[in-house]
Parts: sequence; C-alpha cells; structure tokens
Amino acid sequence: MRRVYLDHAATTPTRPEVVKAMLPYFTDAFGNPSSIYSYGQEARGSVEEARAKVAELIGAQGEEIIFTSGGTEADNYALKGVAYANERKGNHIITSSIEHNAVLEVCRFLGSRGFKITYLPVDECGLVAPDDVKRAITGKTILISIMHANNEVGTIEPVEEIGKIAREAGVYFHTDAVQTVGHIPVNVDALKVDLLAVSAHKFYGPKGVGALYVREGTNLVPFIHGGGQEKKHRAGTENVPAIVGLGKAVEFARQEMDKEAERQAYLRDKLIKGLLEKIDHIHLNGHPTKRLPNNVNVIVDFVEGESLLLSLDSEGICASTGSACGMASPEPSHVLLALGAPPEQAHGSLRFTLGRENKEADVERVLEVLPGIVARLRAMSPLLKSQK
Amino acid sequence: MTDPWSLYNEKVMEHFKNPRNVGEMENPDGVGRVGDPICGDVMELYIKVKDGVIVDAKFKTFGCAAAIATSSMVTEMVNGKRVEEALKISNKAVAEALDGLPPAKVHCSVLAEDALKSAIENYLSKSTSPP
Repeated sequence: MRRVYLDHAATTPTRPEVVKAMLPYFTDAFGNPSSIYSYGQEARGSVEEARAKVAELIGAQGEEIIFTSGGTEADNYALKGVAYANERKGNHIITSSIEHNAVLEVCRFLGSRGFKITYLPVDECGLVAPDDVKRAITGKTILISIMHANNEVGTIEPVEEIGKIAREAGVYFHTDAVQTVGHIPVNVDALKVDLLAVSAHKFYGPKGVGALYVREGTNLVPFIHGGGQEKKHRAGTENVPAIVGLGKAVEFARQEMDKEAERQAYLRDKLIKGLLEKIDHIHLNGHPTKRLPNNVNVIVDFVEGESLLLSLDSEGICASTGSACGMASPEPSHVLLALGAPPEQAHGSLRFTLGRENKEADVERVLEVLPGIVARLRAMSPLLKSQK
Repeated sequence: MTDPWSLYNEKVMEHFKNPRNVGEMENPDGVGRVGDPICGDVMELYIKVKDGVIVDAKFKTFGCAAAIATSSMVTEMVNGKRVEEALKISNKAVAEALDGLPPAKVHCSVLAEDALKSAIENYLSKSTSPP
C-alpha cells in the first residue's frame, strides 16, 4: 500500500542531501569545536557556517543565534532565560491560550514560582487581538510570548503588530516560529521580535537540533552551565552533525520556500474544498486566509479523532488529531477549546499537514477514502441519532 | 507478530475494524447509556432477554478504537449468558478477552462493563416493577 504522509507539522523526513552533509561529521570530521588543533577548528568552522546560514534566513546576525536541542528547548530558554534575568524589573508575562505546550508548560512552571502569567484568549479563528496584548501590559510586564503560527490550526498571528506594541512598551517579545521558519518568510526585524524559536526537523532537517534567536542586548540568564559553549548561554559540546544538518536544511528552505508555499497552499485549498463538499457536518478550524500554506484542520461531527486516525492509517494515510486521546490524557485539544469548539467536537478534529513530497494524488486519495471512513464511524455513533 | 510499539494489539484492531453487533435494537429489553461526549466516549448497549438469558446484544459507540473494540467484545461475551452471569463480567475480563489494552485505555473496558451493568439494571427494573 502506498503511504501518504500528511503530518508534516509533527515532523518531516530529513532530506537525503541533509543526511549526506551530516555524515562526515560523525567520522572524518569528528573533532570537538573547542579543540585548537585542526580537527577541532574544522568542526568549529562548520558550526559557524551553519550559524551564519540560520541568521541569514531570519535576517539576524550570526552572534544572535544560539543552537539548542530543538524548538522546545529554545522556547524553554527564551522564557526562563528572560524571566530569571529580569525578576527585579518585574514578574509579569503575557502569552496566549493556544501556545504549544513548550511555551504553556513553561509559563505554568514560572507561574508556580511566583511569576504572574496572563493567558490571552483568541477569537474563533485563533487570532490573538493586538489590543488585548496592549491592555494586558503593566509596569511589571517583562516578556510577551506569542507564537508566529499555531501548530494545530495553522493560524498566523499578527506578530508584527504585537512586536510594535512590545517595543513601544519596552517589553521583550518572544515568538515560537517552529511552524513558520523554513516555510514562510520570517524576518526578526520585520516581526520586531527579541527572541525567536526554530526547530530543524520541521523543515527537512534532523531531529534534536534547533536554535534560539536572541537580539543583541537582550538580557537573559544562561540556560545550561558548564564549559562555556554558545557564548556561555548553552554549555555542552556542540552537536556538530545536527548543526551542520540544520544549516543544510536552511539552504534548501531558502531556495524552495516560496515555490513550495504556493504549491502547498494550492493543495491545501483543494483538500479543504473537497472535504467540505464530500462530507456533511464538517467544519474548518482556524483562519480561512491567515493560515499556514500546509495546514488543514477540520472537525468531523459525531466521530472521535483517534478512530478517524486509525482508520486512515489502515488506508496508509498518516494524519493527526488535536485530541490527545491516543496519549495518556483524554483531554481534548486546548487549542480547539480556546477557539470555542464544544468539547465533544474538539474530540473529533483531524489535521492534515502537507509537505514537499506530497502530490495532488495524495489529496485525491484522502478525498476518496475519508468519506467512507466517516460514514462507517457515524453508523456506529450514538451521537448522530440524538442530533436528528 | 504484533508490533510492540503499536498502540493496540491485533485483536483490538480486528474488533475496531470489524466490530460485532453494531447498531440499534428495536424494542430492547434493556438499554444502558454511559460516558459523556465531553470526555470523548459514549456507549449505548441494548439487550434482548428471553427466560433470563440474553439472546441478543447490540451497541453504538462514539469513542476511540479501544472504546469500539471493548463494546464489540462485551456484546459477544454476553450473548447466550444468563443475566446473573452477565452481571459478573468485569472490565478486566473484557480487556483480557481482547488480549489486553494499553494502560491509558483501561477506562474503555470500565465503560464497557458499566454499559452492560446499566443495560441489565434497566432490564431488571422493568421486569420487577409491577405491571
């Protein structure tokens, strides 16, 4: 059976060219970048080259990029780093209710350590209102953290406007750009952010590596203490092969991003249109236009998400659901609840996220298979009857 | 061989893909409805009883694959059983009949037991009440 992978927001396959670029750094060029002999200095050079590439992609300076183990670490560092460096200035942090757990859980932790956290609501499309941000700022506010685009419903937030507000108020501004970097243009000056989180495996790089952009002059405490790597921000021998892989993935993103975004947006719209036409009682989640080019997220009434996913998997289609029922917690998606979806509907969400290897035939395959799956599950659903 | 990393074993998947006894029942002798759509699981179980023996059981379920598989299994297990025997079917027995459930899904077997108990109680309340 042909596999159709439509979960690129979860992770992407590492490009073969990226893997090829990484391989020598496990063996021939294995040196520690901190060593002064040539092996070490070769590795150092490759790390710095990758740093320059990441910086260029987001319009930053090389010195403003800190390599991390991924997006989650970058978010953790941004929030804890700023919070603990600016405690004497204030203890208030503003974020949104639809952030990734890499931000939300850090906020909850900081909240338990004496910081005051404001979780801003979103509208039914998932947008944060810049005015709400403005109103939430107090004399004690030290950080605003609003994601660039939401990982579940794909809504692109008005980060530029929020950045302007943050700057005027003299408050640090972090954005989780894990879903946007490498997919749509991201420029730290245009967005007016002071911190920005990047993850390599979301755009065909390897897992286990990411970066945090830190605008020059931003006051934050070191995240990992030790040998002083990453300008004493994040100690530990650099993950050289992964960092090289991130650099290589950035190169491809620069070349292909615009064309791919356009192509995927076409497939996205075709999939949305097809789903709405072929299945009744189905709703699109997120914003109709301010939306990631690869994201489709729908609620299918009367059926539960995991059943949909496993049925799709039997047909070779990999998708995702906002419901975490497949995991340890039976809670429906916090994002869909924040958008105002009733809990029983939030259990029936389905997310398809496109990638570079998807073709029109993949969209057609979903449209061919899903209506039958929904009909089968609805036939056994006691909710449908009570709705009639 | 079952892939040790897959969420469900083959038997659970088989019951999820080909559930037994799906559907509503006309004039059931007992109906049990348990769960809550807000929590993501609702089970409805219908039984037909003749001379103290469950002669037919059917279900409708909104929920995950484990919820559907345990519903399917419990309807198979009660068929042909005396009511008092059926009352003894535990959630553990349902899970065991499916060769086990992942720990996070044990609540689905509890729901299946509750649905069955509730259907039987419904039947008993009707059959013992004065005409």
